[in-house]
Amino acid sequence: MLLAFQGAVSQGILWGVMVLGVYITFRLLDIADLTVDGSLALGGCVCAVLLVNNGANPWLALLAAAFAGMLAGAVTGILHTVFDIPAILAGILTQTALWSINLRIMGKSNIPLLKCPNVFTDISKATGMTQATAALIIGLAVVALVIASLYWFFGTEIGSALRATGNNETMARALGIDTRVTKLLALSLSNGLVGLSGGLICQSQKYADIGMGTGAIIIGLAAIVIGEVLGQLMPGKLRSFSSRLISAVVGSIVYFLIRAIVLQLGMDANDMKLISAVIVAIALSVPVVSERMRLRRQLKKGVEA
Amino acid sequence: MLELKGVRKVFNTGTVNEKVALDGIDLHLLPGDFVTIIGGNGAGKSTMLNTIAGAYLVDAGTVTVNGTDVTFMSEAKRAKFLGRVFQDPRFGTATDMQIDENLALAARRGKRRTLAWGITHEERELFRERLARLGLGLENRLSDKVGLLSGGQRQALTLLMATIQSPDVLLLDEHTAALDPKTAALVLEITEEVVTENNLTTLMVTHNMHDAIRMGNRLIMMSAGKIIFDVRGEEKSRLQISDLMKKFEEAAGVEFDNDRMLLG
Repeated sequence: MLLAFQGAVSQGILWGVMVLGVYITFRLLDIADLTVDGSLALGGCVCAVLLVNNGANPWLALLAAAFAGMLAGAVTGILHTVFDIPAILAGILTQTALWSINLRIMGKSNIPLLKCPNVFTDISKATGMTQATAALIIGLAVVALVIASLYWFFGTEIGSALRATGNNETMARALGIDTRVTKLLALSLSNGLVGLSGGLICQSQKYADIGMGTGAIIIGLAAIVIGEVLGQLMPGKLRSFSSRLISAVVGSIVYFLIRAIVLQLGMDANDMKLISAVIVAIALSVPVVSERMRLRRQLKKGVEA
Repeated sequence: MLELKGVRKVFNTGTVNEKVALDGIDLHLLPGDFVTIIGGNGAGKSTMLNTIAGAYLVDAGTVTVNGTDVTFMSEAKRAKFLGRVFQDPRFGTATDMQIDENLALAARRGKRRTLAWGITHEERELFRERLARLGLGLENRLSDKVGLLSGGQRQALTLLMATIQSPDVLLLDEHTAALDPKTAALVLEITEEVVTENNLTTLMVTHNMHDAIRMGNRLIMMSAGKIIFDVRGEEKSRLQISDLMKKFEEAAGVEFDNDRMLLG
């Protein structure tokens, strides 16, 4: 039981890298980027093929996974910015294309990595930790590194330009920001993290599967909104940028804990997608409904007075 | 400083909704010219400003800013020459970013953006000092999100952003139209100060004839995509609202809505 929860936490952390990627497009750029389902699987496939067929260094395989994800993001970015295809559709196009590409890369729909060394076995061998603990520690280290880098990047001139693009495109252009470039950059960066996450997940679960990315975007959105709700409950409401990134990862961990509980209760793992979709739908409707109710209350008050 | 030659812009070409928004505009602004633009709805005032800003490309003619032909330059590229304030206070600022972050973005208009930190200590001091001059108390709220500001405060901030790096041409598109009269007067006062102090070449669209006569050294009136009246200096300062009304009816040859022009 406890082991199941520890597994859920480390899974949440590894998927948390993807959640951070989704955060960039969904919260900073205001785009729901559907490339994610494809680029996560792409990261996993690239990583698996490099490890099994080429005996690559597992760390380099992770880098390659991130790079592949960036390329996928760039394709969506080009479709969206150069050819003016709506972001959602551009994402769907890339995602669909990636399904075939991923199959081509792997040559089959599933690659097991049972005998290959990976970053987790490397570390557990070097330090004597169990692999479960190694997964937790490596996950935390990677997430910390990613959050620190994002915090730095979005404070720079280019990072600020990117935030401005998501916030107010008219203003951004009036201030000389080429919003096509910033969007392309954001989509690449985001999917780079998603690809990295795919690589980490593949190494930790010891296989890559063509379907491993299905529904990833919903997991990402669910984790973000869970994290935001938790952040709202904390004193001070955690508004700073770094705490919002951290709560996205915490949201991811909570998501996988919920999932573990659901599984422990004997429910079917496949129902998790339904639950995720409901969580996201509720989280997105609550602000709209509560605003409407606030207006109605105000109107009533006005009529009585 | 700014030159439009034979600028023509048609919307919805080839459809029943075809509209000639700009019909051969020739306009030449000298450095330091402060031009007010009036005209009825659909006269082409905003289209002219948007054309200069590069929001869309012209169908014919050329646009030159400070000796550079910008006719085919993207909106983002030519932003280095231009400061802009919009009618809608929401357009000019980034709501979810802090006041100082907005100003820092504006301070980098037209410059190459790098991986250097987005805002420096010296800049913050400069922003504090500039904001203090607005007299709105914003100098103590540098790290407040812009979304917390009122419409007037946001327009004043946008004006400061547009001029923090002296632009070759300042474009003001009815930037007080969405404000209440008192706030509008304050923003206009700030506008005059900023323009005079930096001797900025300025184009200001307004619906208020009184302001159009009172402010600037030159006034142009537009109708149906053409400049129908252009007056400057001494002659402009002697203008009365009644002159403008007469001029408008004369040139446009139509009865026109006095109240809307006066009250707008």
